[in-house]
Amino acid sequence: MQAPPLRPGGDPQLIAPEPPESLPELRSPRRIRWTRRRIALKRFWRQYRRSKMGMIGLAILIFFIGMAIFAVVADPSGADPSKTSGPVLSPPSREYPLGTDNFGLSVLTLVIQGSKISLLVGLTASVISMSIGATVGIVAGYRGGAIDTFLMRITDFGLVIPWLVLAIVLASIIGQSLGAIILVIGVTSWPATARLVRAQVLSIRERPYIERARALGASNRHMIWHHVLPNSMPVIFANTILTIAIAILSEAALTFLGLGDPTNPSWGSMLNTAQRFLNNAVWMAIWPGLAIFLAVMAFNLLGDGLQEALSPVLRQR
Amino acid sequence: MGSRRYVLKKVAQALLTLFFVLVFNFFLFRILPSDPVKFLTRGAGLQINAVEQQELLREFGLDKPVFPAQFIDYMGDTLRLDFGTSLTVQSGRPVLEVFTGFMWPTLLLVGVSTVTAALLGIWMGIRAGWRRGGYFDRTSMGVSLVFYSMPEFWLGMLLLILFSVNLGWFPVAGRETLGANYTGFAAFADTLNHLFLPALTLTLAYMGEYYLVMRSSLLDVLGEDFIQTARAKGVREKLVLNRHAVRNALLPTISLIALSFGFVLGGAITVEVVFSYKGLGGLTYEAIQSQDFPLLQAIFLFASAAVIFMNLLADLVYGHFDPRVQEA
Repeated sequence: MQAPPLRPGGDPQLIAPEPPESLPELRSPRRIRWTRRRIALKRFWRQYRRSKMGMIGLAILIFFIGMAIFAVVADPSGADPSKTSGPVLSPPSREYPLGTDNFGLSVLTLVIQGSKISLLVGLTASVISMSIGATVGIVAGYRGGAIDTFLMRITDFGLVIPWLVLAIVLASIIGQSLGAIILVIGVTSWPATARLVRAQVLSIRERPYIERARALGASNRHMIWHHVLPNSMPVIFANTILTIAIAILSEAALTFLGLGDPTNPSWGSMLNTAQRFLNNAVWMAIWPGLAIFLAVMAFNLLGDGLQEALSPVLRQR
Repeated sequence: MGSRRYVLKKVAQALLTLFFVLVFNFFLFRILPSDPVKFLTRGAGLQINAVEQQELLREFGLDKPVFPAQFIDYMGDTLRLDFGTSLTVQSGRPVLEVFTGFMWPTLLLVGVSTVTAALLGIWMGIRAGWRRGGYFDRTSMGVSLVFYSMPEFWLGMLLLILFSVNLGWFPVAGRETLGANYTGFAAFADTLNHLFLPALTLTLAYMGEYYLVMRSSLLDVLGEDFIQTARAKGVREKLVLNRHAVRNALLPTISLIALSFGFVLGGAITVEVVFSYKGLGGLTYEAIQSQDFPLLQAIFLFASAAVIFMNLLADLVYGHFDPRVQEA
């Protein structure tokens, strides 16, 4: 990554005022707020675009989102073992570009259907994880004192639990369904987020505008919703993207171990089946794994790009 | 090792966490399932009548009130390392016995991989951090990202396809050649032969993480005043790196590696399944398949205890070499 050239007077992005556009015409606070947000978003996008890796990640992600949308729209019977007509374990051909599996299903169709599950699990599990992590982090950081100590004890406890083993145990107790997998990943992956958010909140709490708001008589609720949360959002957001990568990997690991929903084809469960055919149907192992790898990498690149664009300190590294 | 107070504090914290894990474990297996008896026996596929059910209830101690009687029994049994008997995997044998038989192969696998990954990762981190943004740095960054994004088990499958199925260099499965009964050096070579690919998989999977930690730790240290002082004194660059920077950067890295050792234990599960390596991972897989909950419970306890222990070790080592943290 190339550092942006420094000019005298520091980074122009941070100092030069945006062209005022039509600011004087704006009267209501709401419109001022939205204009400000739009400008911030534009500035952020300019920053983000500089990261080549981040853009590659974005491109891969858009590809997978397209695939998942296609999977939702397309006829799902191609992934139903009871309605199969193709040849069994056939190598890649014109009709089956990625070959067929042991039921005669097209591996391409299965990979496409799997993208739906992976993205769904990745996104929803991360939202759960983020909500718990952000709430714990904000409350602990903002309130401090005994509540902070108590919440951080729990967080530390969550950090030492080997999450994959816990997820395995939980999944085998709760049962095998998509919801169970999402819940299991969501409730086992929040402690790292909580830590990070708390650190951010601790630094926000010391900023002058917080003192100003308090002096003006702002309530705790106002402080959290209007100052602490919006200012923690970048950290929470970048962290969520990285959590999605972890969630997709966890989903793959759990379904690979046979803990997924048996009626839904997922990349992990495809790899589980592929194990038995490593010497005569390599394609069954290659493609689902490649899909997991690329999807996870997309989110990792995206997360790194976001962190870079959002944090001036990291940018200098 | 450190001041006595610091050590005692850390040990007490570890014991407290261990206690939490025990309570959590109790909750997980006794309270979460709505009907524990059915839950504990469903793996065996048993059709049980009312009398047998009463018997099982008594055997598991489930006829007593959950709290405190069941809880006290559970704590007592656990402290005496009595985890009950395996239901399905090796029906009737004590869990502890089954468990220890599978533990050593996993410790060997995880130990070898962690040490190799740590040595490689640290070496890469030093080289890359010293010439930040250089060719080596950018290459290793890319390589680490690739391995970091790969599911360990898929990496294992690729290695298996390439080296065992196609090239035939390594055995396809297992921990030793069955029925060969090697002794002496032949047994050692056979074990090594079977260990190589799973260990390589885990090494590649975790090397990138250690590299990133060492690199950023070195970058932090290079920004410190004493590095500038050393340079101002005219210390040669090589010595600045080896004597001043690396020594200080190693400490946080090693403590993080110790921490991750516990987690590699969990990551080894899927890899062991790929290579049909008969260790704790393979055992976990079997326990899931046949729903052997007493066994799963012991595995969960062991994995958590391992992380807590390594955590404690890392804290103590850190405190010994960097007494500043004892103040915090």
